Amino acid sequence: MGSSNSSVNNIPNAQELMQETGFSAAHILRLHERFEFLDKHKCGQLRPQDFGAVQELALNPIGDSIISAFFSPGQETVDFASFVRILAHFRPTDRNQSRDGAQQEPANSSIRKLKFAFQMYDQDRDGKISRAELLQVLRAMLGIQVTEEQLQSIAERAIQEADLDRDDAISFDEFRKSLEKVDIDHKMSIRFLR
Amino acid sequence: GPFFWRVTRVNGDVALTHQESRLNPSKSNLNQTEHGHGSVITGIPIVTFKWHHVETPYLVALWILVAGLGKLVIEANHHVTSVIPESALLICFGFILGGIIWGADKVQTFKLTPTVFFFYLLPQIILDAGYSMPNKLFFSNMGAILIYAVIGTCWNAASLGLSLWGCHKGGAMGDLDLGLLQYLLFGSLMAAVDPVAVIAVFEQVHVNEVLFIMVFGESLLNDGVTVVLFNVFDAFVSLGGDKIDAVEIIKGIISFFVVAFGGSLVGFVFGLLISLLTRCTKNIQIIEPGFVFVLGYLAYLTAEMLSLSAILSIVFCGMCCQKYINSNMDERSVTTVRYVMKVLANGSETIIFVFLGISAIDKEIWVWNTGFILLTLLFVLVYRFIGVFFLTWILNKFRLVPVELIDQVIMSYGGLRGAVAYGLAVMLDENKIKEKNLMVSTTLIVVYFTVILQGITMKPLVNWLKVKRAAVGELTLIEKVQDKVFDHMLVAIEDISGQIGHNYMRDKWNNFEEKWMTCILMKPSARKNRDYVFKVFHKLNLKDAMRYVTEGERRGSLEFVRNETAFIDFKKKFDDDFSEVMPDIMIWPDTARDPVPSVSLEMHEQTMNGMRPLEDVNSHHLLQQHLYKGRKQHRHRYSRSHFDVNKDENEVQEIFQRTMRTRLESFKSGKMGVAPLKHITKHLKKDQQQKMPNGKSLDKSKTYHSGDEDFEFSEGDSASGFEASASSFPMRVTYRAGAGIENPAFMPDLDPMAQVQIPPWLAEAEVDSSMVAPSQRAQLRLPWTPSNLRRLAPLRISAHSTDSFMLADAPAAQQRDNDQLPPPPPPPAPPHGDHM
Repeated sequence: MGSSNSSVNNIPNAQELMQETGFSAAHILRLHERFEFLDKHKCGQLRPQDFGAVQELALNPIGDSIISAFFSPGQETVDFASFVRILAHFRPTDRNQSRDGAQQEPANSSIRKLKFAFQMYDQDRDGKISRAELLQVLRAMLGIQVTEEQLQSIAERAIQEADLDRDDAISFDEFRKSLEKVDIDHKMSIRFLR
Repeated sequence: GPFFWRVTRVNGDVALTHQESRLNPSKSNLNQTEHGHGSVITGIPIVTFKWHHVETPYLVALWILVAGLGKLVIEANHHVTSVIPESALLICFGFILGGIIWGADKVQTFKLTPTVFFFYLLPQIILDAGYSMPNKLFFSNMGAILIYAVIGTCWNAASLGLSLWGCHKGGAMGDLDLGLLQYLLFGSLMAAVDPVAVIAVFEQVHVNEVLFIMVFGESLLNDGVTVVLFNVFDAFVSLGGDKIDAVEIIKGIISFFVVAFGGSLVGFVFGLLISLLTRCTKNIQIIEPGFVFVLGYLAYLTAEMLSLSAILSIVFCGMCCQKYINSNMDERSVTTVRYVMKVLANGSETIIFVFLGISAIDKEIWVWNTGFILLTLLFVLVYRFIGVFFLTWILNKFRLVPVELIDQVIMSYGGLRGAVAYGLAVMLDENKIKEKNLMVSTTLIVVYFTVILQGITMKPLVNWLKVKRAAVGELTLIEKVQDKVFDHMLVAIEDISGQIGHNYMRDKWNNFEEKWMTCILMKPSARKNRDYVFKVFHKLNLKDAMRYVTEGERRGSLEFVRNETAFIDFKKKFDDDFSEVMPDIMIWPDTARDPVPSVSLEMHEQTMNGMRPLEDVNSHHLLQQHLYKGRKQHRHRYSRSHFDVNKDENEVQEIFQRTMRTRLESFKSGKMGVAPLKHITKHLKKDQQQKMPNGKSLDKSKTYHSGDEDFEFSEGDSASGFEASASSFPMRVTYRAGAGIENPAFMPDLDPMAQVQIPPWLAEAEVDSSMVAPSQRAQLRLPWTPSNLRRLAPLRISAHSTDSFMLADAPAAQQRDNDQLPPPPPPPAPPHGDHM
């Protein structure tokens, strides 16, 4: 523990990050290694191109959306702290976590997880999934198997299902409601980040 | 079909047992009579009573009937089954039947024998379990399931055997001729949680899916394990205690793995075989469901023949073929397989429980040893709890979502023992194990105790502990889409953080599967639409369409049936254009003047109010008989090999040729605009797209067209618009109906060319129509629409061939476009006022 702690101390803001995200020192360390591996220019920042080094992402139908989720609007780069904060969404929810009320909702709470998922669709970040946005995701995921108009019908229907206020778009609230029955903790958690 | 074959076999054996046990003494007698029959013939008997001739199958059929009737009676009492699980009631029913038989024969004539059970009753239950296994859920909990099934079962067997042996040494059960090995053998047969009992009980309590899959998966796999353990210990017992050395033990362990993995492999191979076979059964669709059953059964028998685990074999066979056969086979065959599977599984389950009850009423097997029996009960329960808690404690260190304490309690408590244990106990060799009957009766008591008592208390316990229940709800598309997104997202995050995790592995497997397995095992045509989201969408659409029809019919709308006629009526409107190519429409010229409103549910009420005279109904009935049948109209005629809707090739061919001829003619006539009407139609499509959301047209031809367009999208809903003489209100309704069911998704496919071609006079009409457009309020107060009507967004594909009619009048070049591209998009979704 001592050695890992010492190397964690080399990472700026490591303690705060651990506090904030709930990651252990080992996690932070591992993620930092990964971050440095991706950071080909050693500038402490990742650019979208750096994610391109992960080959599998190119095969991932929604890989681009996920990459762009790492970048807050208008920013071209992501630093380690933000990188970790994004990944913290995927930490399994702590079961018996005694959270003091003052503390802000942790990134791995179901609501934050959902928000992240919502962002996958909401590319223009206007708080609504428009038909075009949904269509884009569907197109990416279904690809050539389905024809364009089938896609359209699917998108149409999906929007109808969730769209409660009939504005032809899915707001976050509607999104949350439509996924009420889904175990978000389960679906949006990765074991090794536990 | 195979179904009957199997059932006969199943019960053939029941009856065989019966013969063996009962008729042996009288067999010679029987032979004599038969012999005598043959030789001493004095004249031709007109009627003879040949009971022995039919005895076996007759009894089999009777038993099936009795078991079925028993289930019927039990299920009729809902207030009882809601408290006591069906399995328990069936056992009690068996008690009663057994009592009656005992009273009549003074000996238990019928009992469940291992042969019947393992060869004819168990396979279909397990096959069904494998076939309907939620694979993704199973494999994502595979680790836990395996741990419970393998280690848990071994633990159960060892702890029970050793403890009983210890108690025996301690003198708790008096004088029994049992050694350590016998105790371990007994432990191994008692170890397995029984899938039949577990399914029967857990089906009624709806616990959350993870808990269910753990108990269920465990019960399936540990059957394999327990049979293997049983065989190993059985061999040890035959070998005798002193001959067992380290080598034999190691051999036993190796054989355990060989048997388990070998069995799974056999099942896998057969699963692939089934998938491959169903690729090419297109021409024998009527028997293709049979292959699934026969090959599944063969998987079971083959594994048994190779002394591998038959249960594991058939489980994996079902699991690995489900995906491919479901997409390879015709939809109806899939339904058949599903239903027959359920019929067989439920049937055997019923028979098993009934016979478990009947077997109890037999003086021969009952040997009472209080110590042995009570201790067994106690240990079974206690060690189950200990085993589950300990294993879960270890598992929770690794699991993403830990198994909660309450779930562990339910898992432990759900450790029901059943017919597998009983079957194994009966298989014991009396020569090697002197106390066989004690073991059998103990097993029965444990089975009754767990199935009846634990079964009854399970539900209250689940309620009391507030176990997380399965989320029951409607399938929604957005959830499925989101599911996919989650999957992709997790993989991506694992990739980004550079870890090889569960999701990574699954992704790799999926890719492999996509690339190789589906390629080899799936029909090319099935591959196209295999996407999960797409399937869900398809299913939802079907469901909505069904509901639409049901609701329509519930309201008494007979018009639904007539939609095919309706579109032909539409043609009559144009019979000047069509008369030479469609002579038969002249059969009923009247209708040309008085067209029938077709299937508009909204229209129905108006119709009933006398807007259309009754004779029209008759005329259309006649028409229906004489005109071409619509594509999907059923033709009820008997054929053994075709259970088929109308696919009269000639008719279809003819219609197609006509259509093409018409198109050709209109092409020859060269320029568009020769027949204004056509233009109108053409244009109206555009008009409709643009104006439908709020625009209502009073223009007659537009209305026709609306109907036409609807028809294109879905025959079932083909609307409405032929009421030329109707007032504007129904017209609006008509339009509304169109809007309600048309697929708004086509909207963005506007063909810019077509827009340019709109002739000026029509453009005018367009303006006109927009001016007439009723307000949204007008739409809102429309008559009812089945809820979710707007969801009916039929896929373009389904109506593809139909649009040849619709587009027959369009210029050929245009047609080409239209054939390849979707038809002009309907209006964007109107406000959802029609949802009720």
